Amino acid sequence: MSMTITQKIIAAHAGVNAVKPGELLSVRVDLVLANDVTAPVSINELRKAGLSGVFDKDKIALVLDHFTPNKDIKSAANSKYVREFACENCITHFYEGGEAGVEHALLPEKGLAAPGEIIIGADSHTCTYGALGAFSTGMGSTDIAYATVTGKTWLKVPEAVKVTLKGKRLPRFVTGKDVMLTLIKILSVDGALYKSLEFSGDIAALSVDDRFTVANMAIECGAKNAVFPTDKITLAYLNGRRVARGFTVYEPDDDAVYAREITIDLKSLEPIVAFPHLPDNGKTFSEFGNVKIDQVVIGSCTNGRISDMRQAAEILKDRKVAKGVRAIIIPATPEVYKQCLSEGLMQIFADAGCIISAPTCGPCLGGHMGILAAGERAVSTTNRNFVGRMGDPASEVYLASPYVAAASAVTGKISHPSELLK
Amino acid sequence: MNKVFKYGDNVDTDVIIPARYLTASDDATLKAHCMEDIDADFSKTVSAGDFIVGGQNFGCGSSREHAPLAIKASGITAVIAKSFARIFFRNSINIGLPLIENVQLADGISAGDALTVDFENGLVKNLTTGKTYDIPPAPLFLKKIIAAGGLLNTIDKNKG
Repeated sequence: MSMTITQKIIAAHAGVNAVKPGELLSVRVDLVLANDVTAPVSINELRKAGLSGVFDKDKIALVLDHFTPNKDIKSAANSKYVREFACENCITHFYEGGEAGVEHALLPEKGLAAPGEIIIGADSHTCTYGALGAFSTGMGSTDIAYATVTGKTWLKVPEAVKVTLKGKRLPRFVTGKDVMLTLIKILSVDGALYKSLEFSGDIAALSVDDRFTVANMAIECGAKNAVFPTDKITLAYLNGRRVARGFTVYEPDDDAVYAREITIDLKSLEPIVAFPHLPDNGKTFSEFGNVKIDQVVIGSCTNGRISDMRQAAEILKDRKVAKGVRAIIIPATPEVYKQCLSEGLMQIFADAGCIISAPTCGPCLGGHMGILAAGERAVSTTNRNFVGRMGDPASEVYLASPYVAAASAVTGKISHPSELLK
Repeated sequence: MNKVFKYGDNVDTDVIIPARYLTASDDATLKAHCMEDIDADFSKTVSAGDFIVGGQNFGCGSSREHAPLAIKASGITAVIAKSFARIFFRNSINIGLPLIENVQLADGISAGDALTVDFENGLVKNLTTGKTYDIPPAPLFLKKIIAAGGLLNTIDKNKG
């Protein structure tokens, strides 16, 4: 039939045998997600249209994670509005307070994403779940309102860009973040517009956490989704999360058609930093000199998982954050937070002089917990470095891995981790 | 006479409506801060019937529907660009903000030009240069959503 993984998932959910790129179809969805920024707009739209009820109370996730713990009166009112909706409709997967985490780190932990599923969310980084072989993509509040009531959405079948990874393992200090910032640099910020990214080759070189980071940033090259084939590593993760429901694993056809093919030689990769003000503006360390910084953020749906925390701690152990630098550590979920405690990472962060935050999206989108003033620079493990993203329009965000961010916190300038550690 | 606000490539939703205003979703607040981080004068000078013209990948970034809502609340007739980011594209259709994707048209308009749009016949005329451009027709599937006045209005019909 010549279909990619994404095309097969869409065909199955549209109830047809085959689909072609460009076709517009109505599909059923397996999970619908919204947060404290986007859900209020969805709920408003539903009320305005006189619609009530939800298609399946077990297949809707509402996560209060963006401006929480609520930063001001308006955000508290928005959270309350979502809470009341969740309560009225008996939404099973409503997460707030000490149960909430950054949505795209939290839902896979809760076993809410599996291969072959269609997951849509009113958040652009919903593409994260492609790491587990799902088709997942971000939409807006009205799309999510529609899916909340009907359990369906409309999709245009995307063409695909095939990304083949070559190499048994990542070099020292190279992470999923570096793989993806390199790919985005190759593709540019609209190089995969309307398309799916389909990974293949030596995917075993990437851990599940690395794959989450890679799929998470698919939107930063315009992609509709990114998807990894399902392998032993995926299945081990799902078993650990007790994902007991049946799911279907799809593989691409041998004669699947790709709009473009890219090969990435993993052993040639090095740590890379995306300079302001676009994620495709990646530079390796030989391409820039001294860049002094004021703040470091380690967290987010991109890099707030346990392996990210371990990488940061590896650098920060027995070291101090440079005078004048604010280093903010944000474990993405309560589970990551607890694991940091039990592994002794919190002690390392506290001893180094870091600020440790509760799970929140917070500073990534300039919400709270670390806003930048005019002229200030941050190295951040988050996903966007647009003008004004983390605060004043005259501030700057440099995107990097947890290794680079932690090393930069110690030296006070953007630093290669090998400056501190062999 | 309507005005054109012209911007470059990759106008992202963080500059269309910065996250610090996302606790609101009412027209007045969104309009007051629309485009603030790249064009501080936009909200003061925009008037009903004006156009925004962008380059490639207009509306990239966050899925915030507040972005097309802010542009619509500002009274913009249509956003014209070489290409649109896909979530922004969906959101605009869903809320009824007209988008026109046409490279020649976007290139052929300068800030300050006067335009007329004829959606019925799919034509844009640049009154300043005298040139006329075709608007690519929307697929039937999307026309139905637009004709219904937005995605949610299609729900009852689907039940029948």
